[in-house]
Amino acid sequence: MLALAPALVLVATGCSAIGQDSGGDGPSFDRVVLVTHDSFALPKPLIRQFEQESGYDLVVRGSGDAGVLTNKLVLTKDDPLGDVSFGVDNTFASRALDEGVFAPYDAQLPTGADRYRLPGDGADGKAHDLTPIDDASVCVNVDDTWFAAHHLAPPKALDDLVDPRYRDLFVTPGATTSSPGMAFLLTTIAAYGEDGWQDWWSKLMANGAKLDDGWSQAYEVDFTQGGGKGDRPIVLSYDSSPAFTVSDGKSSTSALLDTCFRQVEYAGVLAGAENPDGAEALIDFLLTPEVQAALPDSMYVFPVDSSVELPAEWARFAVQPTDPYAVAPADISAHRDEWLREWSDLTSR
Amino acid sequence: MMTRWSRPLTLAGLAAVPLVVLGVFFVLPVLGMLSEGFWADGKLDPGAVAEVLARPRVHRVVWFTVWSALAGTAFSLLLGIPAAHLLHRRRFPGRRALRALLLVPFVLPTVVVGVAFRELIGEAGPLGFLGLDGSAGAIVAGLVFFNVAVVIRAVGAAWESIDPRPAEAAAALGASPAYVFRTVTLPMLRPAIVSAASVVFLFCATAFGVVLTLGGLRYSSVETEIYLLTTNLLDLQAAAALSIVQLLAITGLLFVTSRLRAVPDPTLARSTGRPPRVSRGDWPGVLSTLVVVVLVGLPIGALVVGSLQVGDGYGLANYRALTTEGSRNALLVPVTDALTTSLRTAVDATWMSLSLGLLVAVAVTRRSRTRAERRARGLLDGLFMLPLGVSAVTLGFGFLITLDRPPVDFRDSLLLVPVAQALVALPLVVRTLAPALGGVDDRQRQAAASLGAGPLRTFVTVDLPVMWKPLLAAAGFAFAVSLGEFGATSFLAREDHPTMPIVIFHLIGHPGAMNYGMALAASVVLAATTALVMLLVERLRVPSVGSF
Amino acid sequence: MLTLDGVTIAYDGRPAVVDASLALEDGHVLAVLGPSGSGKSTMLRAIAGLEPTAAGRICWDGADLAAVPTHKRGFALMFQDGQLFGHLTVARNVGYALRLRRTPGAASRVRELLALVGLSGYEDRLPATLSGGERQRVALARSLAVQPRLLLLDEPLSALDAGLRERLAADLRDILRQAGTTALMVTHDQEEAFAVADRLAVMRDGRIVQQGDIAQVWRAPADAETALFLGYARVLSGAPAAALLRAAELPAAPAVAVRRSALVVAASGPLSGTVASGRVTPEQIRLVVDVDGIGELDAVARLDSHPGAGDRVALVVDASRLAPTPYAG
Repeated sequence: MLALAPALVLVATGCSAIGQDSGGDGPSFDRVVLVTHDSFALPKPLIRQFEQESGYDLVVRGSGDAGVLTNKLVLTKDDPLGDVSFGVDNTFASRALDEGVFAPYDAQLPTGADRYRLPGDGADGKAHDLTPIDDASVCVNVDDTWFAAHHLAPPKALDDLVDPRYRDLFVTPGATTSSPGMAFLLTTIAAYGEDGWQDWWSKLMANGAKLDDGWSQAYEVDFTQGGGKGDRPIVLSYDSSPAFTVSDGKSSTSALLDTCFRQVEYAGVLAGAENPDGAEALIDFLLTPEVQAALPDSMYVFPVDSSVELPAEWARFAVQPTDPYAVAPADISAHRDEWLREWSDLTSR
Repeated sequence: MMTRWSRPLTLAGLAAVPLVVLGVFFVLPVLGMLSEGFWADGKLDPGAVAEVLARPRVHRVVWFTVWSALAGTAFSLLLGIPAAHLLHRRRFPGRRALRALLLVPFVLPTVVVGVAFRELIGEAGPLGFLGLDGSAGAIVAGLVFFNVAVVIRAVGAAWESIDPRPAEAAAALGASPAYVFRTVTLPMLRPAIVSAASVVFLFCATAFGVVLTLGGLRYSSVETEIYLLTTNLLDLQAAAALSIVQLLAITGLLFVTSRLRAVPDPTLARSTGRPPRVSRGDWPGVLSTLVVVVLVGLPIGALVVGSLQVGDGYGLANYRALTTEGSRNALLVPVTDALTTSLRTAVDATWMSLSLGLLVAVAVTRRSRTRAERRARGLLDGLFMLPLGVSAVTLGFGFLITLDRPPVDFRDSLLLVPVAQALVALPLVVRTLAPALGGVDDRQRQAAASLGAGPLRTFVTVDLPVMWKPLLAAAGFAFAVSLGEFGATSFLAREDHPTMPIVIFHLIGHPGAMNYGMALAASVVLAATTALVMLLVERLRVPSVGSF
Repeated sequence: MLTLDGVTIAYDGRPAVVDASLALEDGHVLAVLGPSGSGKSTMLRAIAGLEPTAAGRICWDGADLAAVPTHKRGFALMFQDGQLFGHLTVARNVGYALRLRRTPGAASRVRELLALVGLSGYEDRLPATLSGGERQRVALARSLAVQPRLLLLDEPLSALDAGLRERLAADLRDILRQAGTTALMVTHDQEEAFAVADRLAVMRDGRIVQQGDIAQVWRAPADAETALFLGYARVLSGAPAAALLRAAELPAAPAVAVRRSALVVAASGPLSGTVASGRVTPEQIRLVVDVDGIGELDAVARLDSHPGAGDRVALVVDASRLAPTPYAG
């Protein structure tokens, strides 16, 4: 086939991906395979350090968000995609535990990390399946400069969002399509109860709240301090977000700490892993002060180790809530479907 | 040679490789996911799947999918056909550049296009007064933005190779340009138009990001619903039910289009004269092209402007930041690396889909002797359209659960990404090549054979000269599809070798003014690269190639 | 009435038609005769409005057509290969222009036209099932359907085989006469031109070298090259021309074009010569004779005579088969 000749030339000359090194195929104890989501990122030198110290090559398989990751792990639990997973959070963890995705491993937790344990994991003195690595809280953020310019007191709590004074000012990613959106729905469920949140959401929508499909659309396009200079000064984002709107030593935004839901991300050894030792080594590595200290800059999350030093801007402007809302993981797992359906019906009306 | 079995055997031989690839990388994974839905807790439970189909929400979702895709297809045709005439049958300075530009939307990640669109039509945007944000109108506009290039390219390529004289004869008989178009040109273009329309319909019906981002969550399509059910709720029964709906719908669509595509006397001219200059009678083409340019150009312009924005001023800082990993940003690898990965993957995906597509196109267009043979070819033709109509999520999860054991242990293979992209591009390639191949007069092949040319030489001397333009058009499509593919790639790409769309998605999904600017800058780089490659491909259109 | 006034047409910058002027009265059939590449088809396309002119005017009844698009000119164009619409039946092809004008009684008009071209009963056939001659007849019927002000024919018969061409040429002339159609036909075949047209224009290298009544052009070709193209076998000049004209009792001229059958072998005549070669055809014997004082010329003899090479023969001259021309070749 003459038409294929150029293709063969291209392959032969290396303009092809197939010729690249495959990163070592086939089972091997020289490597450890990490299955994670697409937000996973760590500085290269740290990864090299892990590879040198442990003697394992680290292979990272990351795609999708926490939901995709969890469901992938569940669907492949009989033939796991790797040795260890990072990124299952407290809203999805219960499903993974129920399905027996993880093998127990009790890592030595750093200072202060114990409070991030998944409720229900390691009950009755058994070893824990999941190890907390980082946390980030989903909170309502406000543009303080906007409120100052408009001589309006910024909102403080969830109740304020349905106040007509803040009509048409709030934008949030939807619960069905985004993980912070889901966290916000859980916030309201924790705040108003399993039978009260629906009413609050009706009022919120009636008050001109705007729904987007994802965090980028809400924050970057519709929020007044986002990249696209939108026109809504209240947005659902993270407790760390104010650290990213700093100029002249001052942050133009702040997180409302009474509107937060805490998301904790866990790591765990996958049941049936080919290299369980490597998996455990990686979890230990994720808990080292070096990695913990790198988390804010690499993944925009807070370390679970309370003793590590935060980056300067985080230390000043990213304030964590002391008492965030919480919903039991087992409840989330049991009701997710029903809550999302109800929410979807309420908001698309 | 001329035994009873030689023709079916030739057909089977031509189709074997594409069929195996399709079987392993499409049929197997999809069946895997479907069976997860049908076999709940180890026992077959089709009733539960049927029950899903009775839900009112499913009806709403299916209805929205159908009408939005129909509207998207209709507008793409309405704008694309006159624009195809202007861009492929008229001569004016800059038409190559324009043709290349119009392919750019194809490669832009939806998340970025969503941002660009919404910066324009959002409440605070310059077009905010239109009230399009979060409306079905915005969804349709987005669908047209992504798909009008398919119509322009596929129809334009066909238009370039039809004989202009019947149209002249009709004009000389007193038919106005509109009447000539309706009664003479349109019937000749029908195979190409139907092909393009069916592909565009499938793209529209399986659009994901556009529906969510531009529809403001108010609308759900079958595709978004499958995504929600599979990735969030893990309700595989419902997902399987909707996948079945998708498969049935595609089958129906393919049946209809195969009927519509058949024409009594398709003849193509090998070459036609130099296209004339633009004249006053070309106003429909000029108008449509202007609309398309505005529709495609405005969001791209918004991207470029956004990428140049640094703080309150303008500058190239976002572009400079792309070449470093930096100490404080979300770049996984330098964008230059990602671009290299993207281009290499695209090269692989392109040759894969071209080789497979050529085999399929040859297999489906050879004249059939018997009814069974014709049926077999028709079936084959439809089979390769299927990947377009099935959710990337279904396919992505299917890969993970089925390709994990020998002899199909491809879960870790570097082949997976280009193969998946090639499968997505394959229908476009086949649909671009088949009409051209089908238009070759079989007698020319017979003449070549009688002069002693073997099948390969016949192909090279008879088919290839006619195929050259469509082949290039198809290569451009495949390349662009691969560069921009996100759905399947995001499931399969490995973290250490991300492609551009994945890097962009990563950048825009994280806070920080710099990340936003870099995401836009990376999109502009991707778009510019695409436009450049397309421009080079256009330059390759050497007319003398038919002379060997 | 169609008039062309100094029309020049450039093709990719190269002139294809140069300064062409023509006049065609209503009811006449004009044949534009020229070798391939002479620009005659380009001129036809320009008249149809398919090519822009670089200079000059194309007028109908004195009105400039430059701004009138093809479909509003009221002309019909018939291509060499018919260009029937492959996806339409014969009846729908013929009725194409009628339908587009919403003419009442289209069906009966189609039947009438098909009868006119001798294809009654062909209504439901598809073009692909017709023979070449049938297709051209359908194309003709289609062109005539709307009674065009001017029918443009682009080599209408050249794609057909010889016998069919002859028959169809006669039919074509009859049909055009019967319908009273004004027509302009381009062709490279002088027999076709003579069979169909009553006016003739000769084109060479983009220029119209001669035009007029067909018999008149035939009788007096403008120059030697035209004469040869019109079917004259040889052009003589100087002394041989003078000798031949004298023998034909015609006035002296600088040159004379001679048809193949101008000299006839007879018992006695003004000229004599030696037979160089002979060839029998179904109608007569064609000879090449070395005529005394003139040189080699063609001649014919009756089938019952048997002149052989080397025989001496006497020749009479048919003056109507000589054309004195003004310029020496």
